[in-house]
Amino acid sequence: MKRVNRRFSTLLFLGIAAALLGAVTLAGICLKDAALVTDFSRKDLPPCQGFLFGTDWMGRDMFARTLAGLSLSIRVGLLTAGISACVALVLGVLSAAFGGWVDALISWWIDLVMGTPHILLVILLSIACGKGFTGVVVGVALSHWTSLARVIRGEVLQLKTAPYLLAAEKLGVSRWNRVKLHLLPHLLPQFLTGLILLFPHAILHEASVTFLGFGLSSEQPAVGVILSESMRYLTTGKWWLALFPGAALVLVVVLFALLGERVRLLLDPGSVHE
Amino acid sequence: MTLEGKDITFAYGKGAPVLDRVNISLSSGERVGLWAPSGRGKTTLCRLLAGYERPRKGQVLLEGRPLFPHEGPCPVQMVWQHPETVLDPLLPLGRSLEETGPADPGLLEQLHIRKEWLRRFPGELSGGELQRFCLARALQPATRFLLCDEITAMLDLVTQAQIWDFLLREAERRSLGLLVVSHSQPLLDRVCTRKISLKE
Repeated sequence: MKRVNRRFSTLLFLGIAAALLGAVTLAGICLKDAALVTDFSRKDLPPCQGFLFGTDWMGRDMFARTLAGLSLSIRVGLLTAGISACVALVLGVLSAAFGGWVDALISWWIDLVMGTPHILLVILLSIACGKGFTGVVVGVALSHWTSLARVIRGEVLQLKTAPYLLAAEKLGVSRWNRVKLHLLPHLLPQFLTGLILLFPHAILHEASVTFLGFGLSSEQPAVGVILSESMRYLTTGKWWLALFPGAALVLVVVLFALLGERVRLLLDPGSVHE
Repeated sequence: MTLEGKDITFAYGKGAPVLDRVNISLSSGERVGLWAPSGRGKTTLCRLLAGYERPRKGQVLLEGRPLFPHEGPCPVQMVWQHPETVLDPLLPLGRSLEETGPADPGLLEQLHIRKEWLRRFPGELSGGELQRFCLARALQPATRFLLCDEITAMLDLVTQAQIWDFLLREAERRSLGLLVVSHSQPLLDRVCTRKISLKE
């Protein structure tokens, strides 16, 4: 039997993982209304054929709530990771390209953000922006860009002295074209990998802040809200309220982390031919 | 038109000077050979004259005026010993060639650059093939001086002959000033009108 090479298996994994995450996101959007339906005649049901993840104390379907919560988490994760990665790209490029006081200022800012306890910074930013969806997005987006900004800064510093970039300058290629043709394409692998690896962080922090009560509002079927509410019922033996949403969240986070790792393997010149 | 390096002193980092008060001049239509043992700063001198480095002391002058900082296409172009380092590995060669404007089809023909190479990436061609691209790119209309840093040192004899034959014709036609860096005395004897050496 022909042995499947690593590139093919990586691409296959990427396809399946992306399809799975896409399906969860879409299913969550479709089940958004079902997740809010209350029916006290079926309250506190353990997992059964009709309700795979059981029901809660208001008779709400935990399967629908979990999918809707994951979908919301993934969308918040995509948005915040996207904003974070763009902030990292702009600041990393500015820092390395201009050097001097611009570099010093941005590097100091990176150190400042990295030096502040992460969850505390997210909570403070979320409170400052009025909590809720906006608070979570601003909080997570403005606290996760630092590591990627450092990577991009280092990469640009190295690229700045690349002979092909210096030669293009001597040939009269405009500054914008040098950035567009010779700088950004070389930054794409780091940017994409960094972006995907930001998702799990963003999702976990969104759930954590929401769980602690500083994030999404309680009427939204977010995983953080579900876990926070289920805490009150765990001691009464309703284990399914926390187990399934918690396990699903861990699964999504692990899937994103593996996705990022596989994308890095595909884009990294050192491993692309394995 | 004259290109001059006046009292050029240069050192990398805090090390000892690689070049100490070096003077060099090159006129249009002149072909100057530069010879020195390895590590004496031949490439560094080319980099300084082409503006890739700034001298610690001294100046690079074109027609008596400081050449750098310079905006737009530089009249002093350098062709490197290792062409693969000056071509973006992620850009097809045709794009690299036409970054500063459409390439002259006659020039490409004289350099034996095949059309299908234009779609390829630097990693897909040999050193000799890439060097032809570098020459075509460096010989843009604004170029007045060409600094050739051991440009055929790693090529076979036939390719060397083709490249020098083309370059001498082009230099003659456009009255270019050539600075030819090489370890090969026979090459310098054949190609250059004047020879200089960098002494200790």
